[in-house]
Amino acid sequence: MSVAVLRFPGSLDHESAARAIRTAGGTAAEVWHDESDLPGGTRAVVIPGGFSYGDHLRPGAIASRARVMDDVRRHAERGGMVLGICNGFQVLCEAGLLPGALRPNATLSFVCRQTTLEVTDPDAPWTRALGAGAHLSIPIKNNSGAWFGDPTTARVALRYVGEDALGSVDAAAGVLDDRGTVLGLMPHPEEACDPLLGSADGLALFQAAVAA
Amino acid sequence: MTTLEPPLHRQLGLTDWEAGRIDELLGRRPTHPELVMFSLMWSEHCSYKHSRRLLRRFPTEGPSVLQGPGENAGVVDVGDGWAAALKIESHNHPSAVEPFEGAATGVGGIVRDILAMGARPIALLDSLRFGELASARSRHLFARSVAGIGHYGNCIGVPTVGGEVAFDDRYEDSCLVNAMCVGVVRHDALLRSAASGPGNAVVLIGNRTGADGIGGASVLASAELDEEEDRRPSVQVSDPFTERKLIDCCLELAGRGAFVALQDLGAAGLTSASSEMAAKGGVGIELDLDAVPLRQPLEPAEILVSESQERMLAVVEPGRVGEVIAACDRWELLATAVGRVTDGGNLLARAAGRVVVDVPARLLADDAPAYDVPIEPAPEPEPLQLEDVPAPSDLAAAWRDLLARPNVASKRWVYQQYDHLVGANTVQRPGGDAAVVRLPGSSRAIALTTDGAERHCQLDPRAGGAAAVLEAARTLACVGARPAAATDCLNFPNPEKGATGWRLREVIDGMSEALRALGVPVVSGNVSLYNESGSRAIYPTPVVGMMGLLFEAAASVTHGFDADGDAVLLAGAATPRLDGSELLGEARGRPPAPDVPAQAALCAALAEAAERRLLRSAHDVAAGGVAVALAESALAGGLGVEVTLPVGRRGDETLFGEGGGRAVVSCRRDGETQLAELFASHGVALKRIGTAGGAHVAVDLGGQPVALGLDEAAEAYETGLAEALR
Repeated sequence: MSVAVLRFPGSLDHESAARAIRTAGGTAAEVWHDESDLPGGTRAVVIPGGFSYGDHLRPGAIASRARVMDDVRRHAERGGMVLGICNGFQVLCEAGLLPGALRPNATLSFVCRQTTLEVTDPDAPWTRALGAGAHLSIPIKNNSGAWFGDPTTARVALRYVGEDALGSVDAAAGVLDDRGTVLGLMPHPEEACDPLLGSADGLALFQAAVAA
Repeated sequence: MTTLEPPLHRQLGLTDWEAGRIDELLGRRPTHPELVMFSLMWSEHCSYKHSRRLLRRFPTEGPSVLQGPGENAGVVDVGDGWAAALKIESHNHPSAVEPFEGAATGVGGIVRDILAMGARPIALLDSLRFGELASARSRHLFARSVAGIGHYGNCIGVPTVGGEVAFDDRYEDSCLVNAMCVGVVRHDALLRSAASGPGNAVVLIGNRTGADGIGGASVLASAELDEEEDRRPSVQVSDPFTERKLIDCCLELAGRGAFVALQDLGAAGLTSASSEMAAKGGVGIELDLDAVPLRQPLEPAEILVSESQERMLAVVEPGRVGEVIAACDRWELLATAVGRVTDGGNLLARAAGRVVVDVPARLLADDAPAYDVPIEPAPEPEPLQLEDVPAPSDLAAAWRDLLARPNVASKRWVYQQYDHLVGANTVQRPGGDAAVVRLPGSSRAIALTTDGAERHCQLDPRAGGAAAVLEAARTLACVGARPAAATDCLNFPNPEKGATGWRLREVIDGMSEALRALGVPVVSGNVSLYNESGSRAIYPTPVVGMMGLLFEAAASVTHGFDADGDAVLLAGAATPRLDGSELLGEARGRPPAPDVPAQAALCAALAEAAERRLLRSAHDVAAGGVAVALAESALAGGLGVEVTLPVGRRGDETLFGEGGGRAVVSCRRDGETQLAELFASHGVALKRIGTAGGAHVAVDLGGQPVALGLDEAAEAYETGLAEALR
């Protein structure tokens, strides 16, 4: 039930992610980057979006070496669920927990807009309840959101539908590790958990975290 | 022969009279650092010496006002124990010199003003004016300013939810970059900047102090820009990552009650922050300049006026200094005790053990001279004679061209580069009338807009001032909000020349009349004068930032047509005119003066209709007239419309004429009677003009059909701005 939400200097979406976890029926625990261990009873970890360390060096590069990441790695190796959103996806790639890397958008600019995603790999705890082919309306907002990697070996969990994917290989919006328990996602599901804000399609991902 | 250097005070921008006045007030000649400090604090930018007397004409009081003008930001009650802090500020001159950093640091400065009230910044808006995009320089300034705003706002995690962009040759040499921020704070956590408690520590938090931005306020913001000189060293450099840490850390400390007072370091840096904190509190402050963390070796005067960004000054009880420094350490922020609060009222600074400054703080903060501006009315222009305006041969083509004009076309190219969502509270995104942002943890929301009416202000400043306020209120009403508070940025040319001083007074009076009619106080604001070069002066451009309230965020109304068969109606009775319109494309003619009470009634009717959930859509009729409003509502809803309009004097005037306060609204067919009764009870005209549906925006103009396909309208509207930037 308890989901750890990491916080680095420059994290921006930690509160929105925690709210989404609570909306999904779970308990969110904010974890400072300098902690050596995740809280006891942590079932899933969310690395929220933002500009950790101001994107200095490369997006996610410094945060991927934060102290708390050692325990996130142990959690992942035990098969624990990890969701990295936007900057969190960049952190997971920099940490080597996900394949590939995130490059600057093909537009060479920040892009904030609603996107439609399609579930392309339903055989993971993150996507099982959604099912293959399910469509989700979730916004993106990033500078460096173009995933670069080998789609023949990587598990692409979600793809952008019917629009420019900002240069992402295979139109990948979300990528899984081999086991399917670590998910990196460029779009922001925490911004899509309330019909008042335009969509509640993102809630399914937090429900998956809470069900871990 | 020897060349005589002008005296130092003149080099610093002080007049001979002002230098004499400083001697007289001090009873001695000022030291070098003191003279530099006076030159900045008595500059137009810091002291409003040419506008202060006129600003008193604004209504600034109301039952909901918790803090009026004079603080870092104005604050009003928004219910449920929450207060909202709001302020708009210009960063025009720095943006004209270095657009990316100029615009970025403009955002940073306004955010720190909100933070200084103890408020969490939750929304940003930007009002931009540039020269025509045919000019390579304007394309560069515009694109780089947008990039700078995005860079800063995105990185600090405050959503940029709205604003406006307009292009006119008048802004070719003097672009306008006005940034507005809104924050929220619990009533009992509101902070102010008045220092108190002799013996308390003065703590500087944030970035090291460097040579950037030295003299920015006097050199850049208080004189006309001359293209020949390179003034880039006067522009500050932005560090949004540190700003984000400042926000997180200061709010954490404010929440624990660790601050006695808080103030941001903006124009004139440590000088303005410390003198204003001391003067407001009726106390003194002693600064130890040797304790200030520096980025490079600096003279005492430079330390005192550096405008290095991302710094805050806090008054902290001596027993809590350790706690403040420890919290800052955790955030990897510098925090240094640099002085203390004293009895008396002097600002005193020591460097290398020597007193280099010792002046009454109020002389710097409050006692700058105030000047009357010359009041020389401009001749009244004649209303446009319609026969002098060539009628478009093809109304549909004129409509399509208008939709593609950068002043009318979708601003998606701009707002797509801004994170307008972060915080997960953005109920209505950019692209509609006003933005709607839910208050954290509440079902209530605020609506936000910025609006100007510069061509109207040029032609008839009093009516234009009123029109700008009324347009802001109307865009709020269109989303269902009741206007609650305003902040304003008065961008004008040199007030000492020609009719500018008169225009400034007339604009303020026109704005005030409309604000009183709406019951909306001005709680904060900013003045930017001298926006002119040798060849061009800007239009008088008051930018009105207005905040409205919605009791139910869920009751907010969008501008897109909703369902096939819905009734489409025109609210408001004004007659459209082409004077100063976007179709005309220039400030020519004399737009009719707005009927202020009638327009205030329209706002009340729209808000009540939204609250009673009678509206399916509502959209302000602005640039491009009713034809553009209809097309925008159709494109936003992805649904066409068929309407019938009386032809009036001429088709192009009926379709594209502006002014007077109108809105295109839609409702369910079975709700039309109720809506009509509601508008009648407010004495506001409401006329059924057509029906939503189909794939065209079609107008029957007294028997003459004028229509655009949704696809061709979308093509023009969605690509117009990007095409103009190629």
